[in-house]
Amino acid sequence: MIIQGLAFYLFAFVAVAAGVMVISSRNPVHSVLFLILAFFNAAGLFVLMGAEFLAMILVIVYVGAVAVLFLFVVMMLDINYVEMREGVLQYLPIGALIGIVLLAELAVIGGSWVVLPLSEAASAMPTPPIDQVTNTNALGRLVYTHYIYLFQAAGLILLVAMIGAIVLTLRDREGVRRQRISDQVDRKVADTIEIVKVVPGSGV
Amino acid sequence: MVEFLGIYVYPTLWTVFYIACIVGPLLGSVAYLTLAERKVIGWMQYRKGPNVVGPFGLLQPMADGLKLLLKETIIPSGANRIMFVAAPMVTFVLSLIAWAVIPFDSGLVLADINVGILYLFAISSLGVYGIIMAGWSSNSKYAFLGALRSAAQMVSYEVSMGFVIITVLLYVGSLNLSAIVEAQSGGFWNWHFFGLLFPMFVVFFISTLAETNRAPFDLPEAEAELVSGYNVEYSSMTFAMFFLGEYANMILMCGMTSLLFLGGWMSPFDFVPFTWVPGPIWFAVKIAFCLFVFLWIRATFPRYRYDQLMRLGWKVFLPLSLLWVVLIAGYVVYGGKAVGA
Amino acid sequence: MAVLNMEGLLREYLPILIFLALAIGISGAMFVASMVLANQRPDSEKLSAYECGFEAFDDARGRFDVRFYLVAILFIIFDLEVAFLFPWAISLGDIGVFGFWSMVMFLGILTIGFVYEWRKGALEWE
Repeated sequence: MIIQGLAFYLFAFVAVAAGVMVISSRNPVHSVLFLILAFFNAAGLFVLMGAEFLAMILVIVYVGAVAVLFLFVVMMLDINYVEMREGVLQYLPIGALIGIVLLAELAVIGGSWVVLPLSEAASAMPTPPIDQVTNTNALGRLVYTHYIYLFQAAGLILLVAMIGAIVLTLRDREGVRRQRISDQVDRKVADTIEIVKVVPGSGV
Repeated sequence: MVEFLGIYVYPTLWTVFYIACIVGPLLGSVAYLTLAERKVIGWMQYRKGPNVVGPFGLLQPMADGLKLLLKETIIPSGANRIMFVAAPMVTFVLSLIAWAVIPFDSGLVLADINVGILYLFAISSLGVYGIIMAGWSSNSKYAFLGALRSAAQMVSYEVSMGFVIITVLLYVGSLNLSAIVEAQSGGFWNWHFFGLLFPMFVVFFISTLAETNRAPFDLPEAEAELVSGYNVEYSSMTFAMFFLGEYANMILMCGMTSLLFLGGWMSPFDFVPFTWVPGPIWFAVKIAFCLFVFLWIRATFPRYRYDQLMRLGWKVFLPLSLLWVVLIAGYVVYGGKAVGA
Repeated sequence: MAVLNMEGLLREYLPILIFLALAIGISGAMFVASMVLANQRPDSEKLSAYECGFEAFDDARGRFDVRFYLVAILFIIFDLEVAFLFPWAISLGDIGVFGFWSMVMFLGILTIGFVYEWRKGALEWE
């Protein structure tokens, strides 16, 4: 149990420190790397709570996919970082506003949980205790049946994301010759090769 | 004090010993895999391969390792020093810690976590970081282009690998690696290799080739075009770590193939002379066979073109594995296949 | 098999943490050993970026084809799809026919997107 406590403080401290570094480091690539560190520590915290599935999904989706995209973007766009920093003060009020809204939302959720500890149990489907099924299985039993509408909505959101990504980034390049596999396979010997009997001395 | 020793120190020492038992043989196999690669390809091309250092060239890996250790470490002047050094370490560390959840025999596993296959999937999805970091931090065009190609390729094949893993899980009903192997007990005809999952085995095996940047998908490090891609600027031990990491990843991927499709530590026949051979040996034999196929493919096939590679990943493997997920699920639900949940 | 209590669950994860620390230690030791054992005599030519004998023209980190971003975005979407499939795959025995058709519908929605990107040529490389 001591190790568990130590691990909690280690993960929590590193997560917060990495979070601070994300917004304070000068090089955006370093920011993204600190963000990844923060994700890892959040995954560690999930494991400490017994939510192993969420921990692994956090690593797979956020670190393995989302942060790769972030890195692609910040590494490869040649932006003058010094210039970019100059406009920071200008955006400070709106950033602060969003921060306050988020904080208020968190306070409302946290507060309601403190005031009415039972409200969660009343509103949500009760999950079986951890010593009966693994939490992946418990999740699987609820998400696809009990929460089917939300699940399908998630599918629709992914569809929108897919179409949006294509609409925003895809541009056609003219004059590109592509490989057409079906044409290649369709080609017959008779279409391409002609055998000519050549009489010696007369030419073709 | 005694209590403290009993609760914390001895288990930790035991774990460290266990880890040494994994890392030692692993690095040894990596060393001899490099020799085996040169020998096998040599024989296939009617050459002898390395045969000067030691009997049959058996000391060649040692000589190579020592040479790399005694070379100068070059950090290019335009490079981002910290990330340049960190990149090979990331690759190497990831290729080692993935082995924590691999079961070598029934109960013989360092960390028997419930979500073992997810852990492996997560670790393999982190593999792009070493490459992207190396390509970006070296500040060299070859490295940069190689890293980009490599990252896009690994990412593309990871999707179909994910779907293939799902089809196996549909059969097994657990994310625990030991459970996945146990589900294939009782003779080789129960392995997932045989039966409905066979096409998925093929997809998975080819995806592991692409995931480890091996021939015929080795164009990110194509010697002829990109002078070995993301690791051009690396020398000495930093290069050695990339090299070790890549080969350890090959062994890991072969291990995953064995666990998912070839019955892991299970013996092919469930009667006496075969069950005498201990499980880890069977596991090693299966991994060695998969590795041999890796080398065989390298000696046989020409390199893919980049558009062909992307086409194979997104337009062939992805739809095929997606279709197979639905088929297998339908079979499980309607065909009455009992799921060992 | 499946570990079903909190303490046992965490005990299984501790070796991974130790392994991580050891692996970082090993790789650091390898790097330092070679730095100490080998001669280090850098000079400016040796440390310049490799470019087939030319001087490097400019910084290597340029813009590149937008398709690489598209691949990364599509990868995120399919990765999420796989993430949804994992719990479904192992609990299909419990949720049965309803769960199966629920997932078929989800995959159907995403297949629409997949067909769209195929028709648009987002999967083509030149």
